[in-house]
Amino acid sequence: MTIDWELFFSSFGPILSGAITGTIPLTLMSFTLGLFIALGVALMRLSKVRVVKAIGWFYVSVIRGTPLLVQLFFIFYALPNLGVLIDPWPSAVLAFSLNVGGYGAEVIRAAILSVPRGQWEAGYTIGYSNTQTLWRVILPQAARVSVPPLSNTFISLVKDTSLASVVLVTELFREARQIAVFTSEFVLIYLEAALIYWLICLALGGLQGLLEKRLNRYVAV
Amino acid sequence: MSLSNAPLSSDAPLLQVRGLHKSFGDHEVLKSIDLSVKRGEVVTIIGPSGSGKTTVLRSLNGLETPDGGEILFDGGPELDFQYPIGNTHRYALRNRSAMVFQNYNLFPHKTVLQNVIEGPLRVRKTPRDQAIAEADALLDRVGLLAKRDQYPYQLSGGQQQRVGIVRALALKPDLLLFDEPTSALDPELVGEVLQVIKELAEEGWTMVVVTHELSFARQVADEVLFIDGGVVVERGAPETIFTKPAEPRTAQFLDRLLNPLH
Repeated sequence: MTIDWELFFSSFGPILSGAITGTIPLTLMSFTLGLFIALGVALMRLSKVRVVKAIGWFYVSVIRGTPLLVQLFFIFYALPNLGVLIDPWPSAVLAFSLNVGGYGAEVIRAAILSVPRGQWEAGYTIGYSNTQTLWRVILPQAARVSVPPLSNTFISLVKDTSLASVVLVTELFREARQIAVFTSEFVLIYLEAALIYWLICLALGGLQGLLEKRLNRYVAV
Repeated sequence: MSLSNAPLSSDAPLLQVRGLHKSFGDHEVLKSIDLSVKRGEVVTIIGPSGSGKTTVLRSLNGLETPDGGEILFDGGPELDFQYPIGNTHRYALRNRSAMVFQNYNLFPHKTVLQNVIEGPLRVRKTPRDQAIAEADALLDRVGLLAKRDQYPYQLSGGQQQRVGIVRALALKPDLLLFDEPTSALDPELVGEVLQVIKELAEEGWTMVVVTHELSFARQVADEVLFIDGGVVVERGAPETIFTKPAEPRTAQFLDRLLNPLH
């Protein structure tokens, strides 16, 4: 088999543009929203109020116990039957955010629990409220612990956004699929798509390293 | 700059504790503790581990909630624990006292200076320049001004605990609480921390110190309380307690501390 370099380079632009206008913003938006959900759910699971705790547990259980593709289909194809019609983009962002929220909640909960009890008390003794102690003492330390596992979630999300192509969102993989179908060069185009995903994830791995280095500046290594 | 903000004139005790009671499940940690601390006085609490001495101290700072008895500060708060208490009451307690912990509990993600100014800045609403100036003076006072921009992990245990003390002092509390402040330290570092506490006592700070350092208690304390099994077994001037204790349990405890091998 010979490589059609001309097609490789001419298709690179459209696929990359799918990444820039679809995959990357979809990932960033979903991850940011998902982190807020994750923090909220983690705090619910750590709550002393039983009902609140149970709701948090139920959320994590459902999100982790059902396929992301099913969640996505439910939001985009099933909800309209219930009278809720959501556009492709918001559907995808919603599904991915909820998903990150479920997985991230467990990471953040574990990270909060990893901060020693004495740190809470030190916050209290200088006069902090619960909320101040959480934000100014506990979460900054929990952040350091949760970067490696949250990076996993983030990198998974980059690749999971390819599922958005099935709810009509134009992103990297949808662009690639259209070119592949049009040219019948499946091997070349899908390898090219895979390559671009890989490059994005490589870059993210590098960023993770930098972030860890910054957050580790106050611990003895 | 004077480190003490406690007016020494008033005769009423700064703190009175009456009949303090606390159970963890079936275990009665505090049966009935009475305690009185005058302004400028140093009260030292000694006793075996599990005796409840740390629980008394933590209750004073609102870190434990007793289920009976009273904690009365001259000028408030005056808390009766037969009634439920909320965070407002706990904040009020912490407004009068500050705790120095056995394991220092410095904030590892903040520099020495940030550890010290956090409370004054965010809670007491001291202007930043003033908070920093006061923190610098306190750090200088314990010989750690050069370390102000370092992180806790870069300091020795003794240095960390001195920062812990400065963090408490920066809040200008009326009452300083020390929870076994040297128990986590290597033996050669104990002296530098005890020296700082001793100097603070001499300057007129009011403090309650839970400690196993008998020679320190003997030199610095105005009153020594021996707590065992959730009650104050014996109290008195250090000379009396250490040389001719009235209670056999006190004598036994002191003997075990002084002669651990027989």
